[in-house]
Amino acid sequence: MTQILFKNINLEGLATLPVYEGQGGYRSLEIAFKKQPEEVVEMVKASGLRGRGGAGFPAGLKWSFLAKDVFPRYLCCNADESEPGTCKDRELLLKNPHLLIEGMILCSYACRIQTGYIYFRGEFYDLAQIMEKALDEARRKGYLGKNIMGSGFDLDIHTHLGAGAYICGEESALLNSLEGRRGEPRMKPPFPAVEGLYAKPTVINNVETLCCVPWIISEGPEKYAAIGTEKSKGTKLVSVSGHVKKPGNYEVVLGTPTREIIYDLAGGIRDDNKLKAFIPGGSSVPMLPAELVDTPYDYEALQAAGSMLGSGALIVIDHTMNVVEATHRLMSFYMHESCGKCTPCREGTRWLWQILSRIMKGQSEGDPISKLNDICDNMSFKCFCPLGDAAIAPVVSGIKHFRADYEEFLQNAATGAAG
Amino acid sequence: MFAFNETSEKEIEKILGKYPDRQSALLPLLTVTQRQERHITPEAMVEIGRRLDLSPAYVQSVASFYTMYHTEKVGRYLILFCINISCQLNGCDDLLAYTAKKLGIEIGQTTPDEKFTLLREECLAACTGAPMMRINDTFYEFLTPAKIDEIIDSLE
Repeated sequence: MTQILFKNINLEGLATLPVYEGQGGYRSLEIAFKKQPEEVVEMVKASGLRGRGGAGFPAGLKWSFLAKDVFPRYLCCNADESEPGTCKDRELLLKNPHLLIEGMILCSYACRIQTGYIYFRGEFYDLAQIMEKALDEARRKGYLGKNIMGSGFDLDIHTHLGAGAYICGEESALLNSLEGRRGEPRMKPPFPAVEGLYAKPTVINNVETLCCVPWIISEGPEKYAAIGTEKSKGTKLVSVSGHVKKPGNYEVVLGTPTREIIYDLAGGIRDDNKLKAFIPGGSSVPMLPAELVDTPYDYEALQAAGSMLGSGALIVIDHTMNVVEATHRLMSFYMHESCGKCTPCREGTRWLWQILSRIMKGQSEGDPISKLNDICDNMSFKCFCPLGDAAIAPVVSGIKHFRADYEEFLQNAATGAAG
Repeated sequence: MFAFNETSEKEIEKILGKYPDRQSALLPLLTVTQRQERHITPEAMVEIGRRLDLSPAYVQSVASFYTMYHTEKVGRYLILFCINISCQLNGCDDLLAYTAKKLGIEIGQTTPDEKFTLLREECLAACTGAPMMRINDTFYEFLTPAKIDEIIDSLE
């Protein structure tokens, strides 16, 4: 099994500099500093690395979009991990903070950036403390600061804590939050690569994405590109949760059948129950029925199956669960987290939640299933940022694949069986 | 009257050094305030605004956006109980009810001795350890009634 990010993740003391260095840590910097920054960007492009936060945009390409000759530039690492089902970044940050620092140094060198921020969700206070320690170690050793390793390149990295807002994982909302504003998303364009933090060119990457970069530079982009499928390169951390025997974060080669992840790595369904549904990429992507469990776990195959790889959170649901209950819970989340800036999302999430609540009470007046579909249709691609589209994913896919679950509630009402 | 204590002042000095623009220190200063006082009063918002050249109203407009800032006093131990999907699938609703009963309060309330506040919380990124809760800065995973007893009883 190819392990790039998790190879030594449980090694004792890995979060400290001496142990990290003993594992070959920070050696990619010597390789990178002998090259021109643009060559490092080309290496990341050639590796085929795609963003691991959710959108899957090619990382090297993103770096090459920075507005030319405009300085200062900023790097913001998105450590706002809040997508329900996702907890892979937390494990990286908890156990291997130096890997992220090394990745951020490489990205900053490649993009001629001299200041980096790590935006932690507020609930990751403990992780920010761990990172502060690691940053201090790196500064003392000269991996951060002025003239890093005699390269003439200067960089410092700071931690920043959010305060409880899912929307701040959206990159432009993250920038507003980092600037001391309400975490509402910004109009794009301009994209952050042109006008990001303090209206300067800014790279925003997820923790896992940046953590892949040291290996790519050390081992070579060809080696990375040789892993995975034609278009989905490398490995992916998958958070497997829900009704499985061995929930956990697993590093898999992209293209691994979803069945293997659920049944081999995560030990199969609890109590040997029957698999009913799985959500492959966090709560914001459509759920899929058990019949599609052989779908290869990669960007293209999951999209072809009608869902998305998203953040890599595989939520497993067994036959004892009615998907309406799960969808209702998720809608309560989206309603709570909608920032309120645009009407379709603010009102739509509330209406969806209200109708789902009524369905669960067995109230069938006014054809509630059609009404749900109608509202979803009116939200789809009409919201200011992707939160609205995320919110409708479980509803639309749930009705498509598990209409019987909806009808079960309504049927019970018709026969007077519902409570 | 609100004033930052010595620890907070040291922290603030460090925070202000991180950013080219003072306003970026707004969330960190709100966090410092809350860690000192356990909640954020209007007086504290005035003081934060004074430090960062922002109006108290602006400070409040930002503070009210984020769920982690409390304007009412919370208990010494703030229990955030995750109720999102992975925890739901692993029975968090019963465990949350169990915890409320154990503390003798409703969800959303603080015990009369101001020791515990119990809140429903959205996903805290520990889904592979569901069901889970966060008490102050610590995550507790794979909860059972017995484990909840043990954790809560051990808190001074």
